[in-house]
Amino acid sequence: MSKSPKFAAAALLVCVMTAPALAQQKTDAKADPRYHIGRAPTAAEIRGWDIDVRPDGQGLPEGKGTVAQGEKLFMDNCASCHGEFGEGNGRWPVLAGGKGSLTSDNPVKTVGSYWPYASTVFDYVRHAMPYGNAESFSVDEYYALVAYVLYLNDVITDQNFELSNKNFTSVKMPNEQGFVMDDRASSEKSFWQKDPCMKDCIAPVKITARAAAIDVTPEDSKDKKSRGVE
Amino acid sequence: MSKMDSPRQSRRNFLATGAGVAASVLARPALAGGGNPANQPPNVPEWTRSLGEGVAVRPYGKPSKFEKDVVRRDVEWLTASRESSVSFTPLHELEGIITPNGLCFERHHGGIAEIDPADHRLMIHGLVERPLILTLEELKRYPRVNRIHFMECAANSGMEWRGAQLNGCQFTHGMIHCVQYTGVSLRTLLEEAGVKTNGKWLLVEGADAAAMDRSLPIEKALDDCIIAYKMNGEALYPEQGYPMRLVVPGWQGNLWVKWLRRIKVGDQPWHTREETSKYTDLLPNGKARRFTWSMDAKSVITSPSPQAPIKHGKGFTIVSGLAWSGNGKVKRVDVSLDGGRNWWPARLDGPVLDKALTRFYYEFDWNGEPLLLQSRVQDETGYVQPSKAELRKIRGVNSIYHNNGIQTWHVQANGEVENVEVA
Repeated sequence: MSKSPKFAAAALLVCVMTAPALAQQKTDAKADPRYHIGRAPTAAEIRGWDIDVRPDGQGLPEGKGTVAQGEKLFMDNCASCHGEFGEGNGRWPVLAGGKGSLTSDNPVKTVGSYWPYASTVFDYVRHAMPYGNAESFSVDEYYALVAYVLYLNDVITDQNFELSNKNFTSVKMPNEQGFVMDDRASSEKSFWQKDPCMKDCIAPVKITARAAAIDVTPEDSKDKKSRGVE
Repeated sequence: MSKMDSPRQSRRNFLATGAGVAASVLARPALAGGGNPANQPPNVPEWTRSLGEGVAVRPYGKPSKFEKDVVRRDVEWLTASRESSVSFTPLHELEGIITPNGLCFERHHGGIAEIDPADHRLMIHGLVERPLILTLEELKRYPRVNRIHFMECAANSGMEWRGAQLNGCQFTHGMIHCVQYTGVSLRTLLEEAGVKTNGKWLLVEGADAAAMDRSLPIEKALDDCIIAYKMNGEALYPEQGYPMRLVVPGWQGNLWVKWLRRIKVGDQPWHTREETSKYTDLLPNGKARRFTWSMDAKSVITSPSPQAPIKHGKGFTIVSGLAWSGNGKVKRVDVSLDGGRNWWPARLDGPVLDKALTRFYYEFDWNGEPLLLQSRVQDETGYVQPSKAELRKIRGVNSIYHNNGIQTWHVQANGEVENVEVA
């Protein structure tokens, strides 16, 4: 604050005088629902990033590739993690097989056994593969790779098949009908209760399973000691 | 209950139940708290007799060196690579409802993208009147909102579907955190771009090496979603999506796309890899539920728990835990000491917020006998957290996701705690 009374008075006057103007500005800003911040992207900017693909084929780029071409790409870029036949190495994802396993104790969820749409393969592979070098292949190479993955899953059976944006939506996946919408509100209606039970709700219980018996909890690596009790 | 102990004693168990706890809890005199007597009364410790470090020696503060074990941890055998994996929040070491930024669990699909904000762009296009491209600075010029929300991975507790497996609520429940987000309401940006009447779905996509994409229904996008650039007051951490991420309150964390670069408005969902091969819940009949977005009410006792045993022996004991619901506010929490036979109301303390973590306490005099500790939340919709058995009856054990069953901790007479199942 200035020590000069004159200056202080002048400053106050300015504040008073500008106040109505400020209020006016605020009202104007509210009248327009838009803020006019940012700009329109160019067509080229959108094209570069617009890589998503839908089950109905929307978003498929122009291009083509054969199963045989895809096999070579797969062996060179994908097989070290996914295995030559999509069987998976170590804990890397299994891509093929698993048919009929979804009701078993050990469901194997692969492109062929589980994925409802082929478009998902194209969308995912083009977004994220090859792992560590994403979006590095040409469109034709992505078509070839997807064709090979579908071939590994017996969705495409002809090694000479050429997958393209023109025939892509004719590819149907075995488990397309295997999905239902979230129905928890009806199927789990019993979980909504007015007054939860407080006393003698169940018979006395016994321990039936113990994490320590399985013994897979990570330990401090240095001394191999459990983090549980020091 | 000691009769039920597994006859197999690993070295770990031997260490824990043998010398370790017995010596530290029972044999030590009541007044002694451990440590070096030379630093304790009547003596004057070194830190009182000399000057400590000055200001700005630690220009960005960090916890005391004596808290070095309060860190995120991962389970190496879970995944093939560290870049596509998950770490867990140390829930057992935290209190209140806010997670410190450095301890928020991480889930990446292609590692942590280190993005220069000057180069980052957010693009909005598709079925909109005015496609938009924004820098971070431009995003910050839009009106701001501040909201506290939990963020939970749909697979949190997923390793426990078939039974008790991991000893520690860090591992069983640590794929959750809760922070205050600052950002722009997604609705504001969608109105700026002008969604066309046939715009019913959004594709949201990240800029990291996985460029993860998900479909988001327009109703949720216009309801309470945020494009956040701050967490707990400071810039997002890189592992949480710096410079900007999507916040989808109450819904599974996979939708909260980090390093958000693109929003495309469409009339249909995309059925991306994340919402078909992952984040669909396989039922016993071989069918799978899709678009299971919201996270049902759930709770867990964070202390005592396997990594936070009772060290003081019998006497006044504080049970501390967290409860939350993706469908609203926590209404009540009950605690059981006998595996769900009888329940006592817990005390909620601190703010009880919509789609946020809520802290609860149950304080009692422990008589030193073994306990089967459980917590059970009811949210404002009336939904009561089910037992694991009730959940499995409907879902089987192949779901992977949305395991919100009641957790049981076995507190043994020596204070050690184990993850168990009861029936």
